[in-house]
Amino acid sequence: MTEERLPVRKVKVTALCELCHGRKAVMKRPKNLQKLCKECFYNVFETEIHNTITDAELFKPGDVVAIGASGGKDSTVLASVLKTLNERYNYQLKLVLLSIDEGIKGYRDDSLATVKRNQAQYEMPLEIVSYKDLYNWSMDEIVACAGMRSSCTYCGVLRRQALDRGAAKLGINHIVTGHNADDVAETVLMNILRGDTARLEKSTTIVTQSTGSPIRRSKPFKYTYQKEIVLYAHYKKLDYFSTECTYAPEAFRGTTRELLKSLEAIRPSCIMDIIYSGEHLTLKPKKKKITPKYKNQKKVNDEVEVNADGSVSLNKEFKDAGLEMNRAKVSIENNASIDGAAKLSKTLEQLSF
Amino acid sequence: MAIKVKVEFLGGLDVISSGVREHKLSVPLEEGEATLKDLVDYITKTIITDPKDIPVFIEDDTVRPGILVLINDTDWELEGGEEYVIESGDVFTFTSTLHGG
Ligand SMILES: [Zn+2]
Repeated sequence: MTEERLPVRKVKVTALCELCHGRKAVMKRPKNLQKLCKECFYNVFETEIHNTITDAELFKPGDVVAIGASGGKDSTVLASVLKTLNERYNYQLKLVLLSIDEGIKGYRDDSLATVKRNQAQYEMPLEIVSYKDLYNWSMDEIVACAGMRSSCTYCGVLRRQALDRGAAKLGINHIVTGHNADDVAETVLMNILRGDTARLEKSTTIVTQSTGSPIRRSKPFKYTYQKEIVLYAHYKKLDYFSTECTYAPEAFRGTTRELLKSLEAIRPSCIMDIIYSGEHLTLKPKKKKITPKYKNQKKVNDEVEVNADGSVSLNKEFKDAGLEMNRAKVSIENNASIDGAAKLSKTLEQLSF
Repeated sequence: MAIKVKVEFLGGLDVISSGVREHKLSVPLEEGEATLKDLVDYITKTIITDPKDIPVFIEDDTVRPGILVLINDTDWELEGGEEYVIESGDVFTFTSTLHGG
Protein backbone atom coordinates (compact mmCIF):
# COMPACT_ATOMS: atom_id res chain seq x y z
CA MET A 1 0.00 0.00 0.00
CA THR A 2 1.31 3.39 -0.85
CA GLU A 3 1.11 5.89 1.82
CA GLU A 4 -0.62 9.03 0.65
CA ARG A 5 1.17 12.14 1.74
CA LEU A 6 -1.10 14.82 2.94
CA PRO A 7 0.18 18.35 2.61
CA VAL A 8 1.75 19.43 5.84
CA ARG A 9 -0.45 22.04 7.41
CA LYS A 10 0.25 23.91 10.52
CA VAL A 11 -2.62 23.42 12.90
CA LYS A 12 -3.95 26.83 13.74
CA VAL A 13 -4.38 27.34 17.41
CA THR A 14 -7.25 29.65 18.07
CA ALA A 15 -7.53 31.18 21.47
CA LEU A 16 -10.81 31.03 23.34
CA CYS A 17 -12.42 34.08 24.90
CA GLU A 18 -11.13 34.56 28.44
CA LEU A 19 -14.53 35.70 29.70
CA CYS A 20 -17.11 33.29 28.29
CA HIS A 21 -14.62 30.47 27.52
CA GLY A 22 -16.98 29.44 24.72
CA ARG A 23 -16.35 31.54 21.65
CA LYS A 24 -13.23 32.28 19.65
CA ALA A 25 -11.28 35.31 20.85
CA VAL A 26 -11.02 37.98 18.16
CA MET A 27 -9.18 40.77 19.93
CA LYS A 28 -6.69 41.47 22.66
CA ARG A 29 -7.44 44.39 24.95
CA PRO A 30 -4.53 46.82 25.13
CA LYS A 31 -5.53 47.79 28.66
CA ASN A 32 -5.01 44.37 30.27
CA LEU A 33 -4.09 42.03 27.40
CA GLN A 34 -7.32 40.07 27.90
CA LYS A 35 -8.41 38.04 24.87
CA LEU A 36 -12.10 38.45 24.08
CA CYS A 37 -14.71 37.29 21.61
CA LYS A 38 -16.78 39.87 19.75
CA GLU A 39 -19.82 39.65 22.04
CA CYS A 40 -17.80 39.92 25.26
CA PHE A 41 -15.79 42.78 23.76
CA TYR A 42 -18.97 44.77 22.99
CA ASN A 43 -20.20 44.09 26.47
CA VAL A 44 -16.99 45.07 28.26
CA PHE A 45 -16.49 48.13 26.04
CA GLU A 46 -20.01 49.47 26.62
CA THR A 47 -20.07 48.61 30.32
CA GLU A 48 -16.79 50.40 30.99
CA ILE A 49 -18.16 53.55 29.38
CA HIS A 50 -21.36 53.20 31.41
CA ASN A 51 -19.24 52.91 34.56
CA THR A 52 -17.23 55.99 33.61
CA ILE A 53 -20.49 57.90 33.10
CA THR A 54 -22.03 56.81 36.40
CA ASP A 55 -18.83 57.14 38.47
CA ALA A 56 -18.38 60.73 37.30
CA GLU A 57 -22.13 61.40 37.47
CA LEU A 58 -22.03 62.94 34.03
CA PHE A 59 -25.78 62.98 33.42
CA LYS A 60 -29.09 63.48 35.21
CA PRO A 61 -32.43 62.19 33.96
CA GLY A 62 -34.01 64.70 31.61
CA ASP A 63 -30.68 66.24 30.51
CA VAL A 64 -30.39 67.40 26.93
CA VAL A 65 -26.89 66.58 25.74
CA ALA A 66 -25.14 67.70 22.56
CA ILE A 67 -22.70 65.25 21.01
CA GLY A 68 -19.89 67.12 19.27
CA ALA A 69 -20.08 65.17 16.01
CA SER A 70 -17.39 65.37 13.36
CA GLY A 71 -18.32 62.26 11.39
CA GLY A 72 -14.99 60.73 12.46
CA LYS A 73 -14.64 57.43 14.31
CA ASP A 74 -14.60 58.77 17.86
CA SER A 75 -17.73 60.88 17.71
CA THR A 76 -19.56 58.32 15.57
CA VAL A 77 -18.87 55.56 18.10
CA LEU A 78 -19.79 57.99 20.89
CA ALA A 79 -23.19 58.68 19.32
CA SER A 80 -23.80 54.96 18.81
CA VAL A 81 -22.73 53.93 22.32
CA LEU A 82 -24.62 56.75 24.04
CA LYS A 83 -27.76 55.78 22.18
CA THR A 84 -27.27 52.15 23.23
CA LEU A 85 -26.58 53.02 26.89
CA ASN A 86 -29.37 55.59 27.07
CA GLU A 87 -31.80 52.87 26.02
CA ARG A 88 -30.25 50.05 28.04
CA TYR A 89 -29.91 51.89 31.35
CA ASN A 90 -32.72 54.38 30.85
CA TYR A 91 -30.60 57.50 31.36
CA GLN A 92 -33.57 59.51 30.08
CA LEU A 93 -31.33 61.75 28.01
CA LYS A 94 -32.27 63.67 24.93
CA LEU A 95 -29.29 63.37 22.58
CA VAL A 96 -28.58 65.89 19.84
CA LEU A 97 -25.79 65.87 17.24
CA LEU A 98 -23.92 69.17 17.04
CA SER A 99 -21.52 69.64 14.15
CA ILE A 100 -19.21 72.44 13.19
CA ASP A 101 -18.67 73.35 9.58
CA GLU A 102 -15.25 74.98 9.56
CA GLY A 103 -15.48 75.50 5.84
CA ILE A 104 -12.65 73.23 4.70
CA LYS A 105 -13.22 71.98 1.17
CA GLY A 106 -12.59 68.29 0.52
CA TYR A 107 -12.62 67.54 4.22
CA ARG A 108 -15.46 68.98 6.23
CA ASP A 109 -17.99 68.99 3.41
CA ASP A 110 -17.50 65.22 3.04
CA SER A 111 -17.47 64.45 6.74
CA LEU A 112 -20.68 66.44 7.22
CA ALA A 113 -22.33 64.10 4.75
CA THR A 114 -21.40 61.28 7.16
CA VAL A 115 -22.91 63.16 10.09
CA LYS A 116 -26.12 63.60 8.10
CA ARG A 117 -26.29 59.84 7.59
CA ASN A 118 -25.62 59.35 11.32
CA GLN A 119 -28.56 61.65 12.03
CA ALA A 120 -30.85 59.18 10.28
CA GLN A 121 -29.08 56.05 11.59
CA TYR A 122 -29.25 57.14 15.23
CA GLU A 123 -32.50 59.08 14.96
CA MET A 124 -31.06 62.18 16.58
CA PRO A 125 -31.66 65.82 15.67
CA LEU A 126 -28.67 67.49 14.00
CA GLU A 127 -27.54 71.09 14.28
CA ILE A 128 -24.74 72.43 12.09
CA VAL A 129 -22.98 75.67 13.01
CA SER A 130 -20.57 77.16 10.50
CA TYR A 131 -17.53 79.40 10.93
CA LYS A 132 -18.83 81.37 7.99
CA ASP A 133 -22.08 82.20 9.76
CA LEU A 134 -20.45 82.75 13.12
CA TYR A 135 -17.25 84.56 12.19
CA ASN A 136 -18.00 85.61 8.64
CA TRP A 137 -14.91 83.65 7.52
CA SER A 138 -14.50 80.03 6.56
CA MET A 139 -11.34 78.21 7.69
CA ASP A 140 -10.16 78.06 4.07
CA GLU A 141 -10.42 81.83 3.86
CA ILE A 142 -8.68 82.30 7.19
CA VAL A 143 -5.78 80.07 6.13
CA ALA A 144 -5.53 81.84 2.77
CA CYS A 145 -5.25 85.05 4.68
CA ALA A 146 -3.34 84.22 7.85
CA GLY A 147 -1.21 81.40 6.46
CA MET A 148 -0.86 77.76 7.36
CA ARG A 149 1.23 78.37 10.44
CA SER A 150 -0.55 76.94 13.47
CA SER A 151 -3.88 77.00 11.68
CA CYS A 152 -4.70 73.86 13.67
CA THR A 153 -4.32 75.47 17.09
CA TYR A 154 -6.17 78.45 15.80
CA CYS A 155 -8.99 76.38 14.38
CA GLY A 156 -9.31 74.49 17.67
CA VAL A 157 -10.06 77.68 19.56
CA LEU A 158 -12.62 78.76 16.99
CA ARG A 159 -14.26 75.31 17.03
CA ARG A 160 -14.51 75.31 20.80
CA GLN A 161 -16.26 78.63 20.69
CA ALA A 162 -18.49 77.50 17.81
CA LEU A 163 -19.58 74.41 19.76
CA ASP A 164 -20.48 76.61 22.73
CA ARG A 165 -22.46 78.96 20.56
CA GLY A 166 -24.21 76.07 18.84
CA ALA A 167 -25.16 74.54 22.17
CA ALA A 168 -26.34 77.90 23.53
CA LYS A 169 -28.48 78.37 20.44
CA LEU A 170 -30.17 75.03 21.19
CA GLY A 171 -30.52 75.86 24.89
CA ILE A 172 -28.18 72.98 25.78
CA ASN A 173 -25.60 73.27 28.55
CA HIS A 174 -23.73 70.00 28.23
CA ILE A 175 -21.50 68.95 25.32
CA VAL A 176 -19.92 65.51 25.17
CA THR A 177 -16.91 64.98 22.94
CA GLY A 178 -15.20 61.89 21.55
CA HIS A 179 -11.83 62.57 23.19
CA ASN A 180 -10.44 59.18 24.10
CA ALA A 181 -7.75 57.79 26.41
CA ASP A 182 -5.08 58.18 23.73
CA ASP A 183 -6.03 61.85 23.28
CA VAL A 184 -5.93 62.49 27.02
CA ALA A 185 -2.55 60.74 27.41
CA GLU A 186 -1.24 62.69 24.44
CA THR A 187 -2.30 65.98 26.02
CA VAL A 188 -0.73 65.04 29.37
CA LEU A 189 2.50 64.13 27.60
CA MET A 190 2.50 67.33 25.55
CA ASN A 191 1.97 69.50 28.60
CA ILE A 192 4.78 67.71 30.43
CA LEU A 193 7.10 68.08 27.47
CA ARG A 194 6.30 71.78 27.25
CA GLY A 195 6.48 72.41 30.99
CA ASP A 196 2.94 73.68 30.82
CA THR A 197 2.03 72.78 34.38
CA ALA A 198 -0.99 75.08 34.43
CA ARG A 199 -2.71 73.01 31.76
CA LEU A 200 -1.32 69.74 33.04
CA GLU A 201 -3.63 69.69 36.03
CA LYS A 202 -6.70 70.29 33.91
CA SER A 203 -5.76 67.89 31.15
CA THR A 204 -7.16 64.78 32.82
CA THR A 205 -10.40 66.15 34.25
CA ILE A 206 -13.40 64.41 32.75
CA VAL A 207 -15.69 67.44 33.03
CA THR A 208 -14.48 70.94 32.26
CA GLN A 209 -16.29 74.22 32.44
CA SER A 210 -14.89 77.66 31.81
CA THR A 211 -15.55 80.29 34.42
CA GLY A 212 -18.54 82.31 33.41
CA SER A 213 -19.68 79.79 30.81
CA PRO A 214 -22.88 77.84 31.47
CA ILE A 215 -21.67 75.01 29.24
CA ARG A 216 -20.10 71.85 30.63
CA ARG A 217 -17.94 69.64 28.47
CA SER A 218 -17.24 66.02 29.22
CA LYS A 219 -15.36 63.06 27.82
CA PRO A 220 -17.16 59.74 28.34
CA PHE A 221 -14.29 58.02 26.42
CA LYS A 222 -11.65 59.29 28.83
CA TYR A 223 -10.60 55.71 29.64
CA THR A 224 -11.40 54.20 26.24
CA TYR A 225 -8.53 53.19 23.98
CA GLN A 226 -8.39 54.38 20.39
CA LYS A 227 -7.72 50.81 19.27
CA GLU A 228 -10.94 49.59 20.87
CA ILE A 229 -12.95 52.46 19.39
CA VAL A 230 -11.70 51.57 15.92
CA LEU A 231 -12.38 47.86 16.51
CA TYR A 232 -15.87 48.59 17.81
CA ALA A 233 -16.63 50.74 14.76
CA HIS A 234 -15.21 48.04 12.50
CA TYR A 235 -17.07 45.07 13.99
CA LYS A 236 -20.32 47.01 14.30
CA LYS A 237 -19.83 48.32 10.75
CA LEU A 238 -20.47 51.89 11.84
CA ASP A 239 -20.47 54.51 9.14
CA TYR A 240 -17.58 56.89 9.82
CA PHE A 241 -15.38 59.25 7.86
CA SER A 242 -11.63 58.92 7.95
CA THR A 243 -9.95 61.41 5.66
CA GLU A 244 -7.29 63.59 7.18
CA CYS A 245 -7.88 67.30 7.42
CA THR A 246 -6.37 69.26 4.53
CA TYR A 247 -4.30 71.29 6.95
CA ALA A 248 -1.43 69.58 8.74
CA PRO A 249 -1.72 69.15 12.50
CA GLU A 250 0.58 71.07 14.76
CA ALA A 251 3.97 69.40 14.36
CA PHE A 252 4.63 69.00 18.05
CA ARG A 253 1.32 67.22 18.63
CA GLY A 254 1.98 64.94 15.66
CA THR A 255 5.38 63.94 17.01
CA THR A 256 3.99 63.39 20.51
CA ARG A 257 1.30 61.15 19.03
CA GLU A 258 3.90 59.04 17.23
CA LEU A 259 5.97 58.76 20.38
CA LEU A 260 2.90 57.59 22.28
CA LYS A 261 2.04 55.00 19.58
CA SER A 262 5.60 53.64 19.70
CA LEU A 263 5.44 53.42 23.47
CA GLU A 264 2.08 51.70 23.29
CA ALA A 265 3.48 49.08 20.91
CA ILE A 266 5.99 48.08 23.58
CA ARG A 267 3.80 48.60 26.64
CA PRO A 268 0.09 48.91 25.82
CA SER A 269 -0.87 49.90 29.36
CA CYS A 270 1.22 53.08 29.10
CA ILE A 271 -1.79 55.08 27.93
CA MET A 272 -3.70 54.32 31.13
CA ASP A 273 -0.50 54.80 33.12
CA ILE A 274 0.10 58.27 31.71
CA ILE A 275 -3.50 59.27 32.50
CA TYR A 276 -3.06 57.87 36.00
CA SER A 277 0.13 59.87 36.47
CA GLY A 278 -1.61 62.99 35.16
CA GLU A 279 -4.49 62.51 37.57
CA HIS A 280 -2.17 62.24 40.54
CA LEU A 281 0.13 65.10 39.78
CA THR A 282 -0.85 68.10 41.82
CA LEU A 283 0.98 71.36 41.74
CA LYS A 284 2.47 72.87 44.85
CA PRO A 285 0.39 75.85 45.94
CA LYS A 286 1.86 78.90 44.27
CA LYS A 287 4.26 81.01 46.30
CA LYS A 288 4.94 84.59 45.34
CA LYS A 289 5.30 84.91 41.63
CA ILE A 290 8.94 84.59 40.72
CA THR A 291 9.01 84.18 37.00
CA PRO A 292 12.27 82.88 35.63
CA LYS A 293 13.67 85.26 33.07
CA TYR A 294 13.37 82.86 30.19
CA LYS A 295 9.68 82.56 30.88
CA ASN A 296 9.16 86.28 31.18
CA GLN A 297 7.58 86.76 27.83
CA LYS A 298 4.74 84.42 28.36
CA LYS A 299 4.47 81.78 25.66
CA VAL A 300 5.65 83.76 22.73
CA ASN A 301 5.19 80.78 20.48
CA ASP A 302 1.65 80.12 21.48
CA GLU A 303 -0.97 81.71 19.35
CA VAL A 304 -3.58 80.97 21.92
CA GLU A 305 -3.34 82.11 25.47
CA VAL A 306 -5.33 81.37 28.54
CA ASN A 307 -6.65 84.41 30.35
CA ALA A 308 -6.80 84.76 34.09
CA ASP A 309 -10.46 83.78 34.16
CA GLY A 310 -9.75 80.58 32.27
CA SER A 311 -11.10 81.80 28.94
CA VAL A 312 -8.94 81.69 25.87
CA SER A 313 -7.89 84.34 23.41
CA LEU A 314 -5.74 84.64 20.37
CA ASN A 315 -2.34 86.08 20.98
CA LYS A 316 -2.21 89.64 19.73
CA GLU A 317 1.22 89.20 18.28
CA PHE A 318 -0.04 86.34 16.17
CA LYS A 319 -3.06 88.26 15.01
CA ASP A 320 -1.00 91.25 13.99
CA ALA A 321 2.08 89.62 12.53
CA GLY A 322 0.41 86.66 10.90
CA LEU A 323 -2.34 88.57 9.23
CA GLU A 324 -0.34 91.60 8.18
CA MET A 325 2.28 89.53 6.43
CA ASN A 326 -0.21 87.79 4.29
CA ARG A 327 -2.42 90.60 3.21
CA ALA A 328 -0.71 91.14 -0.10
CA LYS A 329 -0.81 87.47 -0.94
CA VAL A 330 -4.49 87.20 -0.31
CA SER A 331 -5.59 89.87 -2.69
CA ILE A 332 -3.92 87.94 -5.49
CA GLU A 333 -4.82 84.42 -4.52
CA ASN A 334 -8.24 84.62 -3.03
CA ASN A 335 -11.01 86.44 -4.83
CA ALA A 336 -13.40 85.91 -2.00
CA SER A 337 -11.34 88.02 0.31
CA ILE A 338 -10.00 90.75 -1.89
CA ASP A 339 -11.13 93.47 0.45
CA GLY A 340 -11.15 91.01 3.26
CA ALA A 341 -7.82 90.88 4.99
CA ALA A 342 -8.43 93.98 6.99
CA LYS A 343 -11.92 92.84 7.81
CA LEU A 344 -10.66 89.42 8.94
CA SER A 345 -8.04 91.02 11.08
CA LYS A 346 -10.75 93.11 12.69
CA THR A 347 -13.12 90.18 13.12
CA LEU A 348 -10.50 88.02 14.78
CA GLU A 349 -9.45 90.80 17.11
CA GLN A 350 -13.00 91.25 18.22
CA LEU A 351 -13.28 87.61 19.17
CA SER A 352 -13.43 87.26 22.88
CA PHE A 353 -13.41 83.86 24.40
CA MET B 1 1.73 28.50 -6.81
CA ALA B 2 0.33 31.88 -6.07
CA ILE B 3 -1.62 32.49 -2.88
CA LYS B 4 -4.90 34.31 -3.42
CA VAL B 5 -5.70 36.74 -0.63
CA LYS B 6 -7.67 39.91 -0.08
CA VAL B 7 -6.07 43.02 1.41
CA GLU B 8 -8.07 45.99 2.69
CA PHE B 9 -6.86 49.48 3.63
CA LEU B 10 -9.35 51.21 5.93
CA GLY B 11 -9.59 54.18 8.25
CA GLY B 12 -7.99 56.48 5.70
CA LEU B 13 -5.04 54.19 4.95
CA ASP B 14 -6.22 53.88 1.35
CA VAL B 15 -4.20 57.06 0.74
CA ILE B 16 -1.20 54.80 0.16
CA SER B 17 -2.87 53.00 -2.76
CA SER B 18 -4.47 55.87 -4.68
CA GLY B 19 -7.70 55.59 -2.72
CA VAL B 20 -8.29 51.90 -3.53
CA ARG B 21 -9.57 50.22 -0.37
CA GLU B 22 -9.79 46.63 -1.49
CA HIS B 23 -7.16 44.61 -3.33
CA LYS B 24 -7.51 41.02 -4.56
CA LEU B 25 -4.00 39.68 -4.83
CA SER B 26 -2.31 36.65 -6.29
CA VAL B 27 0.84 36.63 -4.27
CA PRO B 28 3.73 34.76 -5.95
CA LEU B 29 4.83 33.01 -2.78
CA GLU B 30 4.84 29.42 -1.55
CA GLU B 31 1.70 28.52 0.41
CA GLY B 32 2.53 26.95 3.74
CA GLU B 33 5.78 28.89 4.00
CA ALA B 34 4.99 32.50 3.27
CA THR B 35 4.23 34.58 6.33
CA LEU B 36 2.41 37.84 6.87
CA LYS B 37 5.82 39.49 6.97
CA ASP B 38 6.42 38.33 3.38
CA LEU B 39 3.00 39.63 2.39
CA VAL B 40 3.72 43.00 3.98
CA ASP B 41 6.98 43.19 2.01
CA TYR B 42 5.08 42.28 -1.16
CA ILE B 43 2.45 44.97 -0.46
CA THR B 44 5.16 47.54 0.16
CA LYS B 45 6.82 46.74 -3.16
CA THR B 46 3.74 46.39 -5.36
CA ILE B 47 0.72 48.18 -3.94
CA ILE B 48 1.96 51.40 -2.43
CA THR B 49 1.63 53.83 -5.31
CA ASP B 50 4.16 56.42 -4.23
CA PRO B 51 7.36 55.29 -2.46
CA LYS B 52 7.09 58.44 -0.35
CA ASP B 53 4.06 56.84 1.32
CA ILE B 54 5.97 53.77 2.55
CA PRO B 55 6.61 55.36 5.98
CA VAL B 56 2.83 55.77 6.36
CA PHE B 57 2.62 51.97 6.36
CA ILE B 58 6.02 50.74 7.55
CA GLU B 59 8.19 51.84 10.44
CA ASP B 60 11.34 50.09 11.62
CA ASP B 61 10.74 47.26 9.16
CA THR B 62 7.29 46.39 10.49
CA VAL B 63 3.72 47.66 10.21
CA ARG B 64 3.67 51.11 11.75
CA PRO B 65 2.33 51.39 15.29
CA GLY B 66 -1.16 52.85 15.17
CA ILE B 67 -2.21 50.64 12.26
CA LEU B 68 -4.59 47.94 13.40
CA VAL B 69 -4.05 44.63 11.62
CA LEU B 70 -6.82 42.04 11.38
CA ILE B 71 -6.45 38.57 9.92
CA ASN B 72 -9.88 37.27 8.89
CA ASP B 73 -11.35 39.86 11.27
CA THR B 74 -9.19 38.69 14.20
CA ASP B 75 -6.55 40.88 15.88
CA TRP B 76 -3.18 39.79 14.46
CA GLU B 77 -1.80 39.75 17.99
CA LEU B 78 -3.85 36.60 18.52
CA GLU B 79 -2.62 35.00 15.32
CA GLY B 80 1.12 35.26 15.76
CA GLY B 81 1.53 38.72 14.24
CA GLU B 82 4.02 38.83 11.39
CA GLU B 83 4.81 35.13 11.78
CA TYR B 84 1.30 34.14 10.73
CA VAL B 85 1.47 31.69 7.82
CA ILE B 86 -0.80 33.03 5.08
CA GLU B 87 -3.34 30.89 3.26
CA SER B 88 -5.42 31.28 0.12
CA GLY B 89 -8.73 32.90 1.00
CA ASP B 90 -7.34 34.96 3.88
CA VAL B 91 -8.50 38.54 4.32
CA PHE B 92 -6.03 41.03 5.78
CA THR B 93 -7.40 44.33 7.03
CA PHE B 94 -5.10 47.25 7.77
CA THR B 95 -6.91 50.11 9.52
CA SER B 96 -5.33 53.39 10.49
CA THR B 97 -6.28 54.47 13.98
CA LEU B 98 -4.43 57.73 13.54
CA HIS B 99 -6.68 59.45 11.04
CA GLY B 100 -9.18 62.10 12.10
CA GLY B 101 -11.07 61.77 15.38
ZN1 LIG C 1 -16.64 35.76 25.16
